[in-house]
Amino acid sequence: MSDSLYEKLGGSTAVASAVNIFYRKVLQDDSIKHFFDTTDMSKQMAKQKAFLTMAFGGSGHYTGKDMREAHAPLVAKGLKEAHFTAVAGHLQATLEEMGVAADLVAEVMAIAGSTHDDVLGL
Amino acid sequence: MATLHYQQQNYLCQKDETVLDTLLNKNVDIAYGCRQGVCQSCMLRSIETPPAEAQVGLKENQKQQNYFLACRCKPESDLHIEPIKQSEFVHEVEVLAKRQLNHDTLLLRLSHSDDFHFKAGQFINLKTPDNIVRSYSISNPPNKNNQIDLHIRVLKNGRFSTWVHQDLKIGDKIPMSAALGDCFYTNDKPEQNLLLVGTGSGLAPLYGILQDALAQQHQGKIHLFHGSRNAEDLYLMDEIKQLVTQYDTLNYSPCLSGYYTDEHVNSYCKGRVHDVALSTYTDLNNWRVYLCGHPEMVKQMQTQVFLKGADMDDIFMDAFHLSSNLIENAS
Repeated sequence: MSDSLYEKLGGSTAVASAVNIFYRKVLQDDSIKHFFDTTDMSKQMAKQKAFLTMAFGGSGHYTGKDMREAHAPLVAKGLKEAHFTAVAGHLQATLEEMGVAADLVAEVMAIAGSTHDDVLGL
Repeated sequence: MATLHYQQQNYLCQKDETVLDTLLNKNVDIAYGCRQGVCQSCMLRSIETPPAEAQVGLKENQKQQNYFLACRCKPESDLHIEPIKQSEFVHEVEVLAKRQLNHDTLLLRLSHSDDFHFKAGQFINLKTPDNIVRSYSISNPPNKNNQIDLHIRVLKNGRFSTWVHQDLKIGDKIPMSAALGDCFYTNDKPEQNLLLVGTGSGLAPLYGILQDALAQQHQGKIHLFHGSRNAEDLYLMDEIKQLVTQYDTLNYSPCLSGYYTDEHVNSYCKGRVHDVALSTYTDLNNWRVYLCGHPEMVKQMQTQVFLKGADMDDIFMDAFHLSSNLIENAS
């Protein structure tokens, strides 16, 4: 556990601040913010924190099926490639802003990229 | 191996078994979802402090109320567990006093028994003899006289508030729920600045949180913005101004969104309360924010203060939904 990506990134404190910075970018991006119009952002961010903890190997596990189901309502609302790219861009910018080392950013972005087909329901 | 006490039953929790596993194995009807600590559907609370790993991802205020995720909880000692929503009327309070705060808002002072525990800013449900149920926020920290104060806006055709206004007498007893909600002060970051924004009787929880923070010697700045349409709709102004003279850290901005003339300039800010608050502070990084009152204001402000730098976990809200305050209890 001690050398998981989660620990290398800085554990729960780092994940918490990453989620705050990330959603500040997302909610100011006119191309994607409408997907969150009726979202309870407090719950959304709590879930995202728990999800990233899992994705980075902190604890628990998730499946592609979970990703698919979670994003299906958004796909129905028109979630497309360009939106995925925008969100991924905000994630990368967040990590870079936090001073995360380039190799770790690459590792995170590879995990994010691996969700592409499930998120977009392809 | 630990024993779980849940709704008058005891369950043996085997080693390496979670609370959720134990309850599901015994066919207890309990909500759950991902079983991975993500969805928070299986959140419960305990009398004892739960294991730390069962509280990962929860807000500080939830942790302090011993909330935990059943799917992440492997107890090492016995736990008394209860559901989060304790809306049953397990307490009874007695009316101590009633007085007008302004033309349409009443202060209702109640006396509670020793087994009622609360924090200023939490809310309770009260029930009339006709089973009309309403939620009200507590506007004072616990005191040795076992009193709680509520601010009750008397609405035209409001059945509950009319009952309080016209029928309720000193000495009457009212059924009451446990204290609910996570909109209250915690002293884990005493240096943080506090932004308190409320409309109308949204002042009740904020006035309680304010007094609690001062009593616990909060170090950071505290700024209360209270908004209403007209000057006569605001209340407790003298009491709050008195506190401002006593505490250097405290600021108070009463705001008027309606009738405003030259005579108001020295005492009131002009504009809607959230606009005034947002134009006062451009950077809310590391602030803690409490938003109470009109649901629209609360929702809008949540996004705005977040974008201005406040962390989502540092934003506490109590939206006074008329619909959710109008819970009819048929039983």
